[in-house]
Amino acid sequence: MSDIVISAKDLGLTFQTGDGPIHALKDVNLDVRQGDFVSFIGPSGCGKTTFLRVMADLEQPTAGTITVNGTSPEEARRARAYGYVFQAAGLYPWRTIGGNIRLPLEIMGYSRDEQARRTADVLELVELGGFEKKYPWQLSGGMQQRASIARALAFDADLLLMDEPFGALDEIVRDHLNEQLLKLWDRTGKTICFVTHSIPEAVYLSTRIVVMSPRPGRIADVIESPLPRERPLDIRDSREFIEIAHRVRDGLRAGHGDD
Amino acid sequence: MRNVLPILTIVLAILAIWYASAIALNAPWAYDKAKRANIELSATDLVRDTWSQKKPKLPVPHQVASEIWDTTGAMVLSGRGFSKRSLIYHSWVTFSATILGFALGTVLGTLLAVGIVYNRTMDLSVMPWVITSQTVPIIAIAPMIIVVLNAVGISGLLPKAMISMYLSFFPVVVGMVKGLRSPDAMQLDQMRTWNASAAQTFWRLRLPSSMPYLFASLKVGIAASLVGAIVGELPTGAVAGLGARLLAGSYYGQTVQIWSALLTAAALAALMVGVIGLIQRVTLKRMGMA
Amino acid sequence: MGWLLGAVAAWLIGWQINSRLARRPLSRATAFAGPVIFGLTVILIWECLVRGLDISPVLLPPPSQIIQTFGASLPLLWRDFVQTVVKGALTGYVLGCSAAVLLAVAIDRFPFLKRGLLPVGSFMAALPIIGLAPILVMWFGFDWQSKAAVVVVMVFFPMLVNTVEGLSDTGAMQRDLMRTYAAGYWKTLFKLRLPAAMPFIFNGLKIATTLALIGAIVAEFFGSPTKGMGFRISISVGQLAMDLVWAEIVVAAIAGSAFYGAIALLEKTLTFWHPSQRGRM
Repeated sequence: MSDIVISAKDLGLTFQTGDGPIHALKDVNLDVRQGDFVSFIGPSGCGKTTFLRVMADLEQPTAGTITVNGTSPEEARRARAYGYVFQAAGLYPWRTIGGNIRLPLEIMGYSRDEQARRTADVLELVELGGFEKKYPWQLSGGMQQRASIARALAFDADLLLMDEPFGALDEIVRDHLNEQLLKLWDRTGKTICFVTHSIPEAVYLSTRIVVMSPRPGRIADVIESPLPRERPLDIRDSREFIEIAHRVRDGLRAGHGDD
Repeated sequence: MRNVLPILTIVLAILAIWYASAIALNAPWAYDKAKRANIELSATDLVRDTWSQKKPKLPVPHQVASEIWDTTGAMVLSGRGFSKRSLIYHSWVTFSATILGFALGTVLGTLLAVGIVYNRTMDLSVMPWVITSQTVPIIAIAPMIIVVLNAVGISGLLPKAMISMYLSFFPVVVGMVKGLRSPDAMQLDQMRTWNASAAQTFWRLRLPSSMPYLFASLKVGIAASLVGAIVGELPTGAVAGLGARLLAGSYYGQTVQIWSALLTAAALAALMVGVIGLIQRVTLKRMGMA
Repeated sequence: MGWLLGAVAAWLIGWQINSRLARRPLSRATAFAGPVIFGLTVILIWECLVRGLDISPVLLPPPSQIIQTFGASLPLLWRDFVQTVVKGALTGYVLGCSAAVLLAVAIDRFPFLKRGLLPVGSFMAALPIIGLAPILVMWFGFDWQSKAAVVVVMVFFPMLVNTVEGLSDTGAMQRDLMRTYAAGYWKTLFKLRLPAAMPFIFNGLKIATTLALIGAIVAEFFGSPTKGMGFRISISVGQLAMDLVWAEIVVAAIAGSAFYGAIALLEKTLTFWHPSQRGRM
């Protein structure tokens, strides 16, 4: 059981709004195993981001239970058990790349030497060595997003939560970052939960693909990927890849049924 | 740099209008004098007279400039740079009240803004009043503050500084509340995922993010401070300061003196706003926000 | 002693109610009640402190006395209000703002002049223009005309800068669209650029409301007939009739907020489409 990182049981979240309640999540059941790369895919309003935010203790569920590393999300957050990557890089313009990566380390009270060592390590990991003294606005969008991933990796949490981290980037940069992310995942053995709305991205990256559908937000299908861990970019032309992509698309269509 | 020529054009146009208006406004008095002296005024005589009257309705720029020089540079050269008749002295009086009040107003305004951002009760109760106070001509209380503080034995610099403080306080509160709230939801969530404390979020995120707003309100605040100090000098019976020079000038019809005090005040305002603008440029550039 | 305890009690009770309110979800009612309760609390504390500490009414009259004076001198306050706000401030406001908008529209056709006028205008807007008051009082006499003139000069530059900026706010795409319709200068001005400039113009108009009242009141400190709010304030301060000064300040506060509120209301109805207004429909 100890290799279950995230476990959601009958999870539900209802927002009360002026136009009545909105069921962002309803009866969600899912286990994420250690070392999994799980993608959440679905149309907007299907609750995929909300689910990720519940894992991160940024939203409170209104029904069911969820555990992260066997504890409540809040305890996991206080234990700094996960790194979170947002859709925008969100780097502070008044700090250098190195300063931005040190930010969480300062907050968590690491020693200066430790901060320097870890910053150098993660910059190397995302192939940004030598950019430590640069400011975010001197870097391209793709490099900024890599720096923000490095920032999430810096404090060495075993779990990485990523909310459409490459959504704002163009296709070519995105391909490159996907490739790098896979390598990083393979090397570090981290567990990654990844929200996306791109079918090829989900299929290319994941060991499991969670297809979600809206109104109420729920899980429509969970697809185990038969693809090997080693995935060159041209795997996307293979028959298996296209088959999985088909299944994801079918799942999305089924969930959409009425519109 | 490409704006230099257009600005020069506008400034020259203003100067031309100024000289022309001086002729028009001062002409009746010139004709009056000429009539009494039984002289026929030629056009050049008229221009010469209207541009050099002792108590003109509108003094021309070079008259004002020479008055300013006489009461500043010339007095410095003769070693009386800080005498009570020098504009440097009066500017200093007004400037010190302005700066003291401005500093107090900025500190207090920032503190109140922090309170409003971090305390929901204060936000609910105080913030609407701060916003409303922006629409109220609070300068109206200036004479009262001066007299009341005089009555309890506080006089000189402090009462004027209080008015300056009061006037610069509200723009700073409004700007800083906006600034401290300027980090977006994502940045605040990010701090939460790192389990950052309220103090860490304040020093590392909210305060740096508020800098553009702080500087914008400092510029408004210092201009308001100066107006406060000048108006604060009116009810004390024209003792010292640029406001006192304005009032004394208006008592005795010394238009040249009024204009020189006015232009000095304008220069002082421009200087102070300019210095803040410079600090703003340097700071924001180094912070990557400009 | 009793009064002082009353002050403490008023503080505690007012704060209790408001912190309770603050914990409830924000609604129209709480957003209205919060500041009102805070205001009442401050007035109560003021009253109690003045009485409890025996502060001379020459320094700080209690609110009850201010209200009494206010009620007793309504005709006087009304006369001052008409003199300062209606004649001085409003006249100057209308003249100054329309002159600024007209000049902005005129200058807008000449990019060269615009590039010069904008920096000069922003520079002038930061200067203590109120200092012109003694000069304008000399030119236009003691009555409201000189006050209106001060107001004209004070509101002119902020208004000019805002309008010029607003007129340049339309995107290149929107202007190209107008070109594809073969719309001429005037059509483009009235159909696209003036509406697009409205939020900026209203921003200027709102700033100008406060400036207008400041100008009209302060100009009276430099000389006025025997009526007007600034005149009353400086005279009453001299006679140590602080209750009347406070009554005038109350009038100034009400006039200022009402003036601003009226412009804000107008803005809301005219620029409902602007992002800054949308949430508040």
